[in-house]
Amino acid sequence: MAVEAVGPARRRRMPIHPLIVRVTHWLNAFAMVCMIMSGWKIYDASPLFPFSFPAWATLGGWLGGAIAWHLAAMWLLVANGLLYVAYGLIGGHFRRSFLPISPGGVWRDLRAALTFRLGHRLGHYNAVQRLLYVAVLLCGLLAVLSGLALWKPVQLHPLSLLFGGYEVTRRVHFVAMAGIVGFVLVHLALVLLVPKTLVPMITGRAKEEP
Amino acid sequence: MIRWSRRKPVALADVQPDLVRLERRLFLRNGLSLGALAMLTGCDLTDGDAVDKVLWAMSRWNDKVQAFLFDPNRLAPTYAESDITRPFPFNAFYDVDDVPDIDGGDWKLEVSGLVADKSPWTLGRLRALPQESQITRHICIEGWSAIGQWSGVPFRTFLERIGADLRARYVGFKCADRYYSSLDMATALHPQTILALDYGKDPLPPEYGFPLKLRVPTKLGFKNPKHIGALFVTNDYPGGYWEDQGYNWYSGS
Repeated sequence: MAVEAVGPARRRRMPIHPLIVRVTHWLNAFAMVCMIMSGWKIYDASPLFPFSFPAWATLGGWLGGAIAWHLAAMWLLVANGLLYVAYGLIGGHFRRSFLPISPGGVWRDLRAALTFRLGHRLGHYNAVQRLLYVAVLLCGLLAVLSGLALWKPVQLHPLSLLFGGYEVTRRVHFVAMAGIVGFVLVHLALVLLVPKTLVPMITGRAKEEP
Repeated sequence: MIRWSRRKPVALADVQPDLVRLERRLFLRNGLSLGALAMLTGCDLTDGDAVDKVLWAMSRWNDKVQAFLFDPNRLAPTYAESDITRPFPFNAFYDVDDVPDIDGGDWKLEVSGLVADKSPWTLGRLRALPQESQITRHICIEGWSAIGQWSGVPFRTFLERIGADLRARYVGFKCADRYYSSLDMATALHPQTILALDYGKDPLPPEYGFPLKLRVPTKLGFKNPKHIGALFVTNDYPGGYWEDQGYNWYSGS
């Protein structure tokens, strides 16, 4: 084994995240933050619900600036997302990392997680993680499709109809955003709880676990 | 009557919209720079001007993509009379109290640029042209939407009648309330783009754009100028009141 030949002085590092997953992860994080913060500013121009987002949490300064950000960052979000999904499907990443998901497995891991008895093995997703990753991917897909239907309600009229028309689509887009934000909060909380997961998403590798 | 070309002593009320715009333009830049700083800490692209340039360039790119996506034969969905939003919201860059007071009797639509016949149009002449009616959804860039009914002259008919160069790139509009905007020629020729004279069954009330409003159901609301006093056909990009401040120029639906 090449790794062992280096000798005991060097710790063995095991690969966790391939380069393409790391690059698309961080590009997506940047694009998502731009989309969500500018989207909140756009929401504030005509709130759907009886609340607004505070100005400090928004991007763009005013409606025109926020839309400029939103319609610029959408290209990065979609191009990067397509690259990631293509890799996930063709490279087998989705099948290897996210499947199978069984209700029994989710229930067992959820109970263990909520009682802080669920261990974390780097490079391996438990059933709750799998479910959340698949769910946030579906929320992302929903956000992109409903966003396209809002951007082009006439040219993409069939898509707009599929969501139930323009006004319903606005609410679908909001719900998709809320789902993504909810995921991000859980995701960040878990990284804080298990900080050793952050390094492999940057370097790709982690110390061999005992 | 139209006051936008008459010289008057400068009053604060006259320059107020310009001041607000200037302020907003600076705000756009500041907002983008602050956003850029917050977002791009540690990256090279921390210069606000560079970020601003990228955003404007992306907006021009989005104009091209939307022109490519635009299908000249695809109609905006139409609705039943019972779907009409009542009351239809008033919306402008000023309060409803400041809606221009125009006398339809001496109002004229001026026509210029790449057109054969530059004679001005009275309301009577416009009413003598073929009329069409539509019940369509007005979508505001702010997000809200409302369904209304507009009737008037199909814009294609009007452009053909004045001998406009239909291969020109833009049609620009100047309004009695200092508003201005412009359309791509493909959208100008779309069958649902009309020079609206009526809202519902009656002539346009002042708050909806008396005496003449452009109705374009394939574009966002701010591309539907009201109180139109002049229009011109040109190959030089005319911009617009909001477009020059940062709203995407094409803004197609």
